[in-house]
Amino acid sequence: MYTTELDKTAGSAAAPAAVEDPALLAAFEARVANDEFIEPKDWMPEAYRRTLTRQISQHAHSEIVGMLPEGNWLTRAPSLKRKAILLAKIQDEGGHGLYLYCAAETLGTSREQMIEALHAGKAKYSTIFNYPTLNWADIGAIGWLVDGAAIMNQVPLQRTSYGPYARAMVRVCKEESFHQRQGYDLLLEMMKGTPEQRAMVQDAMNRWWWPSLMMFGPPDDNSPNSAQSIRWRIKRETNDELRQKFVDATVPQAELLGITVPDPDLQWNEERGHYDFGAIDWNEFYAVVRGEGPVARERMKARRAAWDEGAWVREAAAAWEARQAARRAAAA
Amino acid sequence: MNDLLFQYLLRLGDDSLILGQRLCEWCGHAPTIEVDLSLSNLALDLIGQATLFLGYAGEVESGGRDADALAFHRDAEDFRNCLLVEQPNGDFARTMARQFLFSSYQLALLDRLCSSADGRIAEIAAKAVKEVRYHADLAADWVVRLGDGTAESRGRMIEGLDDCWRFLDDLFAMDDGERALAAAGIAADKAALRPLVQGRVEQVLRQATLSMPGLPWQVTGGRTGRHSEHLSRLLAEMQVLPRAHPGARW
Amino acid sequence: MSKDWPLWEVFVRARGGLEHRHAGSVHAPDAELALRHARDTYTRRMEGVSLWVVRSADIVASDPDQAGELFEPAASKVYRHPTFYDLPDAVKHM
Ligand SMILES: [Fe+2]
Ligand SMILES: [Fe+2]
Repeated sequence: MYTTELDKTAGSAAAPAAVEDPALLAAFEARVANDEFIEPKDWMPEAYRRTLTRQISQHAHSEIVGMLPEGNWLTRAPSLKRKAILLAKIQDEGGHGLYLYCAAETLGTSREQMIEALHAGKAKYSTIFNYPTLNWADIGAIGWLVDGAAIMNQVPLQRTSYGPYARAMVRVCKEESFHQRQGYDLLLEMMKGTPEQRAMVQDAMNRWWWPSLMMFGPPDDNSPNSAQSIRWRIKRETNDELRQKFVDATVPQAELLGITVPDPDLQWNEERGHYDFGAIDWNEFYAVVRGEGPVARERMKARRAAWDEGAWVREAAAAWEARQAARRAAAA
Repeated sequence: MNDLLFQYLLRLGDDSLILGQRLCEWCGHAPTIEVDLSLSNLALDLIGQATLFLGYAGEVESGGRDADALAFHRDAEDFRNCLLVEQPNGDFARTMARQFLFSSYQLALLDRLCSSADGRIAEIAAKAVKEVRYHADLAADWVVRLGDGTAESRGRMIEGLDDCWRFLDDLFAMDDGERALAAAGIAADKAALRPLVQGRVEQVLRQATLSMPGLPWQVTGGRTGRHSEHLSRLLAEMQVLPRAHPGARW
Repeated sequence: MSKDWPLWEVFVRARGGLEHRHAGSVHAPDAELALRHARDTYTRRMEGVSLWVVRSADIVASDPDQAGELFEPAASKVYRHPTFYDLPDAVKHM
């Protein structure tokens, strides 16, 4: 899962710009413009470091929080095959979180600091995971729509300017390739089932369509960091470009499934060669970003509980190793 | 003999299924992301084993039931798993205590079943034994670290193990049918495995600076369908969709 | 001071005959669990047949500011490469 520009205040506008050495800055900008990769020990402007740390950690948080809505149905998966697929899929998301935290750590912030920022409500994660999963078709809809949107966001990031982030994204994209397919496959199967099952699929579509479109972030004219992020290759296409791409790719898939896209304004525009679609409820989007999504509290509570209840485990293993190390030192 | 074999395969498959289901409950809630991935790997192995053993059980029964029918359309009293695996996860120490005892048992069992006179069982065991060797080692690592970690983790590990000791007889229980299968070289003689498992358990506990207590009163019945209160709740959750939607496709 | 478990770098040998290559990192309390975490994270899709883990703190890296003096002098030693030598066509396979 990917998240884009949720936390405006931490961006370039509010934080005072550090005074950077103009020669170093010019050399850095030239390297990035030249499609070179920036590595952890290379010089980089503070704003780049800060923006990347925020973006990668938000991305990592999204992967980890994103395990919860799908985990909600794991113990109720209706067949052994679906249970194994879903577990492998959620496990992948955990792995993605892990890769991304590691990438962010190379910028000088520890995983613990990032997790504490999340739990303190200071860091954001993708708004999509603050919506509940209400029936089994939601698992299919998440794979198809949410992972589909995520893939669209993530593919260009394999060429992002920061080496560790780009390498993490290569690994993530390789693993993502089955996520969307398993979701669509799940829905196809349900559409061949009972009328109740087909109704479940439509219901899931009705609830996940708009939040999926919101995943691409605010519209470009309200996205002040975009220009700089694109120049730095932290971002490679604008929110609206990606959103349009997603709609264009997804609508025919919905037709193939035999379900309706819940947007009366949706229409193919011959002239543009794209689908026109209705207005997104940005008030809802910003409310969810603020942490007021339907199950935001439950998600954060679950993450905090896992972390707090795991503290004694982390301490115990560290204490055990400290004693072993002392023993090894004494024996040496 | 076919019904005996069917019952035996249910015992093997249900153990893996129920423990796999329990481990699924951890997904997204483990102490670190790395541990989360480890637990998911254990669960995936177990669900895979259940699929193979129950699939074969369905073939042996030849009544048209496949692995899913057996997993999702039997009531608690028809399940043949041991009591240990259906116990709630509790904290991480309790989960690891349960895993350590079960995997140590399962490792010895599968190791023996690799040379079962039944070719299909031998084949499944040969695949699963490698998975379970890893499970047993991983769980042992955690028993040692928590047992000999901090005062808190030690207390929790002792308590976790204490929750398990009453189910040991049940784990190794054999009835006449299973003994007949063992005599035919199809099943393993669990009584013969027990000292092996016990030796391994004691060795790891020593490393964890813990000791094995005298066994408390033993609760049995899992292998004949007399379960603890926990199983039917676990099944209610696990089976809800296929039961609520007859004729549906998943 | 972070209470995180230390970070370990993970190297995976994809197949016999190949070198170990850097795959990523994991947090782990000790070497044994670092190997387990590496296995559970980086070899779930048959990516490897062998693993190395090394504490990230133990890696000594060259300084990017010295990249010029370290690596650029090699650029002018073109005679180290076989393509530098123009041999008559009559000399095959050399
Ligand atoms: Fe992901
Ligand atoms: Fe995904």
